Amino acid sequence: MSGKFVVGYDGSEAAQRALEFAIDRAAAQGGSVLIAHVLEWSPYSFLTPNELEERHKRRREELERAETALMAPVVKAASGKGAEIESVIRYGRIAEVLCDIAKENEAGQIFIGRNGHSAWGARVFGSVASALVQTAPVPCTIVP
Amino acid sequence: MYRTISRAAGAAAGLCLTGAAPAFAQSVDETVNQIFANSTGWFVSFIFSPFPGTSFPWIVAWLVIAATVFTIYFVFIQFRAFGHAISLVKGDYSDPNDAGEVSHFQALATALSGTVGLGNIAGVAVAVGIGGPGATFWMILAGLMGMATKFTECTLGVKYRNEYEDGTVSGGPMYYLTKGFAERGLPGGKILAVMFSIFCILGALGGGNMFQANQAHQQISGIVGDYPGWITGVIFALVVFAVIVGGLKSIARVTEKVVPFMGVTYVLAALVIIIMNADMIRWAFGQIFQGAFTGLGVAGGMVGALIQGFKRAAFSNEAGVGSAAIAHSAVRTKEPITEGFVSLLEPFIDTVVICTMTALVIIISGQLLTDPETGLYLVGESGMIQTADGTSGVSLTSAAFASAFGWFPYVLALAVVLFAFSTMISWSYYGLKAWTYLFGEGKNKEIVFKVIFCIFVVIGASANLGPVIDFSDAAIFAMAVVNVLGLYFLMPIVRRELHSYLERLKAGEIKKFH
Repeated sequence: MSGKFVVGYDGSEAAQRALEFAIDRAAAQGGSVLIAHVLEWSPYSFLTPNELEERHKRRREELERAETALMAPVVKAASGKGAEIESVIRYGRIAEVLCDIAKENEAGQIFIGRNGHSAWGARVFGSVASALVQTAPVPCTIVP
Repeated sequence: MYRTISRAAGAAAGLCLTGAAPAFAQSVDETVNQIFANSTGWFVSFIFSPFPGTSFPWIVAWLVIAATVFTIYFVFIQFRAFGHAISLVKGDYSDPNDAGEVSHFQALATALSGTVGLGNIAGVAVAVGIGGPGATFWMILAGLMGMATKFTECTLGVKYRNEYEDGTVSGGPMYYLTKGFAERGLPGGKILAVMFSIFCILGALGGGNMFQANQAHQQISGIVGDYPGWITGVIFALVVFAVIVGGLKSIARVTEKVVPFMGVTYVLAALVIIIMNADMIRWAFGQIFQGAFTGLGVAGGMVGALIQGFKRAAFSNEAGVGSAAIAHSAVRTKEPITEGFVSLLEPFIDTVVICTMTALVIIISGQLLTDPETGLYLVGESGMIQTADGTSGVSLTSAAFASAFGWFPYVLALAVVLFAFSTMISWSYYGLKAWTYLFGEGKNKEIVFKVIFCIFVVIGASANLGPVIDFSDAAIFAMAVVNVLGLYFLMPIVRRELHSYLERLKAGEIKKFH
């Protein structure tokens, strides 16, 4: 089993718990952690002509913001805890992209936090956790 | 016909001032209408002037010849590439690393929301109301041929777009006319680009704005009762102002999401009506084919049906007009030709599917009155076929749908208002691109255009259908005159791109990602 763990990270407290949990496990096994941030995106959404024109610019800004405001601090904080840390930012449907990242990196496990929506909320808005559990190519750990 | 009246009145442009003077006693609507008809009549009559000795407008021939030339030059690309276009839209060839960029689907959807709208609902009713069911045949034919035109212009739109430092893009005929002509060493590209931009601004204010406001008002007043058009105009203008000047993205975003659903609802409702009357489908197509070649008694006979069909197809799907090239040019792709493939679906969805649905519903509903003895359509003095409820334009479509579902006019009214709004937003963008091409980019310059655009919303809602619809068609067709001329000179570039792409696709160099 590969020693690389993928952690879905969005800056929330739940994601933070999942990350710490994963780092502990990785450190114990001498493995590494890949922190993945997914910007929700569908190629089938509808945009105004103005949004089309600015899309490339906005994407660049979104990636920069995610890198500087979210990923750089968390990578810094996570480093030096006994596990090697990498990070990746991608666009797409969160569960789908996490699965793709796990496959590409031959990761052994995916970790995500659970943000504790009610069952009703999950039904309406969809739940990343349940989508991931249904489709993940590797074992998943949902950290409450 | 109103066109002859406006032509006579508009013979001298100076008349518009003297014409307005005694009109003080009249309502605001009538005054606006008169000034408008007087000042635009000459332009309309030039664009729609027929070949000497015939009633066939040269502009219609211009577009049909263009579509035929592109269809032959690219060897029926609209049929050969249809399947590939669908896999491109599905994202089969999209690099996952480009996620977050404008997809083929998004470019197509945005371009469609600019074209799908009143042309499909009101425009078709006008065409069938004057040209009879036979107009539908010519409309479908023009739609199928127009796919090749759209393919040509959108490929060029992406190939010659401007990409700026900050990552934004600007594309459209004004850019490919300038850069493409320069690349081929041809003179006059810049002149064509300037002419195109002027017509594009007029088209944006006409078909992309006044026609929309006008029909939206007709629809609303049809439901809540008659009231002055300027009231609708002012309300619409304020909302448009909030979006394009105030940057109120939320309204635009809601519209962009609701419009596709309205489109689907419309097509589904039409399908249900057609299926409910399944026994009449054969008859309806019989009327369409028979009417196409005999006219079935409509004004102008077969040629009358043909002109109406071609006119409406061109006005609805805008193939050759060049507007779509502006919308499509923002897509993220290394191969400009792929956006050309995707764009050829646009006339298909717009004209061959949606317009045909409207026409079928109108024909099946029996709104168009025929002489029981001869089976020919009864034509009134205005040249319009007499209808069961005496309606025309969007009200005819509404009455046709209401004959199956009594509540449908309310849904249709909402759809028309939303379609009108999204088309206005799209055209305000096209017009703005032409404006900034002429006058340069800059916040103040943009504001000037946006304010003018909003003023025209009020004028459009206040004026009568006649002069507005004439001016709309004329301005948009004027764009096509310049654009198509440019396309003829630039089509070898598209062919080179096409051959190179198809070879690499065949050799397996262009791979599917999914």
